[in-house]
Amino acid sequence: MTSNWPILSLLIWLPILGGLAVIAVGDERAPLARLLALVISGLTFIFSIVLFTGFDTTTAAMQFTETKPWIESLDVFYSLGVDGFSVPLILLTTFFGILVVVAGWESIQVKVNQYMAAFLIMEGLMVGVFASLDALLFYAFFEAMLIPMFLVIGMWGGPRRVYATIKFFLYTFLGSVFMLIGLIYLYIQSGTWSILEWHQFPLALGVQKWLFLGFLAAFSVKIPMWPVHTWLPDAHVEAPTGGSVILAAIMLKIGGYGFIRFSLPITPDASAALDWLMISLSLIAVVYIGFVALVQQDMKKLIAYSSISHMGFVTLGMFIAFAVFQNTDNGRGAALGVEGAMVQMISHGFVSGALFLCVGVLYDRLHSRMIADYGGVANTMPWFAALAVLFFMANSGLPGTSGFVGEFMVILAAFQANFWYAFLAALTLILGAAYSLWLVKRVIFGEVANNEVANLEDINAREAFVLGTLAVAVLLVGLWPAPLVELMHVSVDSLLQHIQQPKFVLTGG
Amino acid sequence: MTRMDFLLIAPELWILTMTCVILVVDLYIKEERRGIVHLLGMVTLVFAAIITLRGDYGIDGTNSVLAFNGAFIRDQMGDVLKLFSYLVLAIVFIYAKFCLREFRMFRSDFYTLTLEALLGIMLLISANNLVMVYLGLELLALSSYTLVAYDRESKIGSEAAIKYFVLGSMASGILLYGMSMIYGATGSLDLQEVAAAVGNLSGDNYLLVFGLVFLVVGLAFKLGVVPFHMWIPDVYQGAPVAITLFIASVPKMAAFAMAFRLLQTGLGDLQGDWSQMLSVLAVLSIILGNLAAIAQTNIKRMLAYSTISHMGFVLMGLLPGTAAGYGAGMFYIIVYSLMSAAGFGMVILLSARGVEADKLDDFKGLNQRNSWYAAVMAMVMFSMAGVPVFVGFFAKWLVIKAALDAGLMWLAIIAVVFSVVGAFYYLRVVKLMYFDEPVTESRIEAPVDFRTVISLNGIMMLGLGIFSSSLIAVCMASFGA
Repeated sequence: MTSNWPILSLLIWLPILGGLAVIAVGDERAPLARLLALVISGLTFIFSIVLFTGFDTTTAAMQFTETKPWIESLDVFYSLGVDGFSVPLILLTTFFGILVVVAGWESIQVKVNQYMAAFLIMEGLMVGVFASLDALLFYAFFEAMLIPMFLVIGMWGGPRRVYATIKFFLYTFLGSVFMLIGLIYLYIQSGTWSILEWHQFPLALGVQKWLFLGFLAAFSVKIPMWPVHTWLPDAHVEAPTGGSVILAAIMLKIGGYGFIRFSLPITPDASAALDWLMISLSLIAVVYIGFVALVQQDMKKLIAYSSISHMGFVTLGMFIAFAVFQNTDNGRGAALGVEGAMVQMISHGFVSGALFLCVGVLYDRLHSRMIADYGGVANTMPWFAALAVLFFMANSGLPGTSGFVGEFMVILAAFQANFWYAFLAALTLILGAAYSLWLVKRVIFGEVANNEVANLEDINAREAFVLGTLAVAVLLVGLWPAPLVELMHVSVDSLLQHIQQPKFVLTGG
Repeated sequence: MTRMDFLLIAPELWILTMTCVILVVDLYIKEERRGIVHLLGMVTLVFAAIITLRGDYGIDGTNSVLAFNGAFIRDQMGDVLKLFSYLVLAIVFIYAKFCLREFRMFRSDFYTLTLEALLGIMLLISANNLVMVYLGLELLALSSYTLVAYDRESKIGSEAAIKYFVLGSMASGILLYGMSMIYGATGSLDLQEVAAAVGNLSGDNYLLVFGLVFLVVGLAFKLGVVPFHMWIPDVYQGAPVAITLFIASVPKMAAFAMAFRLLQTGLGDLQGDWSQMLSVLAVLSIILGNLAAIAQTNIKRMLAYSTISHMGFVLMGLLPGTAAGYGAGMFYIIVYSLMSAAGFGMVILLSARGVEADKLDDFKGLNQRNSWYAAVMAMVMFSMAGVPVFVGFFAKWLVIKAALDAGLMWLAIIAVVFSVVGAFYYLRVVKLMYFDEPVTESRIEAPVDFRTVISLNGIMMLGLGIFSSSLIAVCMASFGA
């Protein structure tokens, strides 16, 4: 019944048009705006379930495809489709779509309609990014997404919000214009904007390297990789809770998704030739940024740095594949790396989202994010403490939580490449535990630090719902990752087969 | 001269007639009924559009028709640019009516002068002969000088007008000088014959190349690109905002057409020479325009520098000398005119009771005063910054593609990097509107036609972006791309 629906278009346009409807509700009727936003995000999530149940995990081909001409004179198509890489990320997006609406229910009191609308529109655009098969369409969604986030940070953010949001916008904008040049170049060479056709399009190695660097400029800022990560801590600290959650849970994943969709398959030989660069940058992120996280005084900043460090795992998992190919004959290790990277992305989505929500819960009560202002929260907020500790454990990669699965897979893959890669990557288990648990010790356990903490009230039903759902997700992925892995398995295998075949041989370059 | 010649210039004749009619009608109507003049102006434009669209002369992307012994050309590029000139001028009329009433300057001179300028624009767009180019240009320029001094009481306005006049006359002189050299080298004023003669000349012809240099200087002045841009910020700031609105929008389309006719139609064989000159101009404009705009506190001045950088992008479309490049340039210039009209329209909207809202700070907290107008301005700003899916992005995208097609990677890289620099000052306007507290709580009031048009103009930024396909196709087809 549902198989003929343009389900992807629905997932993109329902939240966008719904967001416009929420704006139209007006400033004065905030409760109605909230309710409408909840209904729309709920519906979007339900439709995305259809995507999940209808998805065929036995093929790597694009599914639910839709193609319509968009700008005919330049061969641009409105072309959508999903494979095993995009479906989990779309589900993550629609899932968080509901959570941010619920999380902002009470804490946002000014311009409620615009707040809710910004998130709905952003949700639609992010689904668009994950579903686009046309490079120009992808780019349009990729860039348009910055606008609502720019406004969210700037309008509802903290004291240095203007600096943070302009930095965020310009950084990402600068990165992506280089990609735009690369995309236009590819179009001129190939005569098509279709990403899938680009996967097969032969390119000389020198050209591939430039294109790879163009993609790297865009995606390394987005994910973000050291040394272009500096916008992220600022943006996270100043953003309202919902903004931080979406930023950490979804937007960073777009960078990782970009590597999988563009860099690896379009420029496989350049990826292989430059994998040392990616691996070193990833390891620096994992180790160095892990140390940076350790010394943070601000909870949000700590989580932001921890995100960068975790994203280092994602890029490591993706680009370790080439080193694994050199060392072993079977592709199993490489698949482990890419799957680990994907699992890590999903898991980090849940965990970092949950952590920012936890900080949001505390911030709503005490209006401080500084670690020093807290202490002994467990005494007054036992339920909150239980959930928060779970999430911090997951952040440090405790077995049984989702954080463990991805990191473990990537480390296993790294072992097949080079012992020292694995050794450095495994340091995260120590560092992650150190900064996460030290934060837990200082904020949650110990004596009640001051009167304000003594007067804290435990989480209400709404907050319990948000955090509880995430706790279930974190444990589910941790204990039973098989469905998630199965979802992407075929796509991963096909990607790995693809990147092993040199493209440039065909042109003799 | 046959009947056909007159049929082909029917739109021009119509505008000329109506300008005279308005001039006479104004003598017989009372001050309070001056709305009639506005109405006549709008009627003029609507019928001009109908006349332009009506005649079937077999014009399409590759076929054009000549009139008056080849002095005048009707082709698809010309017709499309003329139609957009009418449209943008109609928008200008509606914005200006409100503005001029607020400032107690609502006189019929505005309509006669702008229609006179429109006539110049149309002649320029259709000129196929060096003398025609010069006539159209002067008609446009003289009307513009007068318009800048529209507010007689304003010192800064008079200063701007004098500056514009002196520099503009000099540029016209230089252009004329260049034309005379080209005439000397080729022995003809007709652009097609010039082209043929240039093709037959062998080796380096210094007279011709000198002529070309002077021509390019004249063009650069009219387009307002660095280093011939000095008049733009002063004129934009000095003129009353209703006039700036006009100068910043419609005449740019004529400047584009003029550049195309002179460089491509006339001197297409010298593409290697002029393309180098244009690339220097384009790079300087994009860099200086975007950097200087950052330092401005006056929004009219900021938009002036932003214009300079936009014109740099238009040159990027022209300089590869390819059909796709011209199409891109044409799309850019049309889009720019619409964006610019909307931007100055917003300045007019915020101006109240005789005080121009030309400070950036006047935009503070607009979202709290009226979230719809804030959204309109935000759409204009994002479009100018070239963020998808607003139409400004597609304009930049086409131009960059044209440059890459021609192998000008370095130019494309400079262009995109400086469009990121440019994004900063556009974002600053958005920041003022959305993140800052308002300095005044006064209500934003405007007549219903103004509100409708500015809203549509804003929605256009998004609508033309999402549905850019047909306009792009028309622009590309105009050059057979």
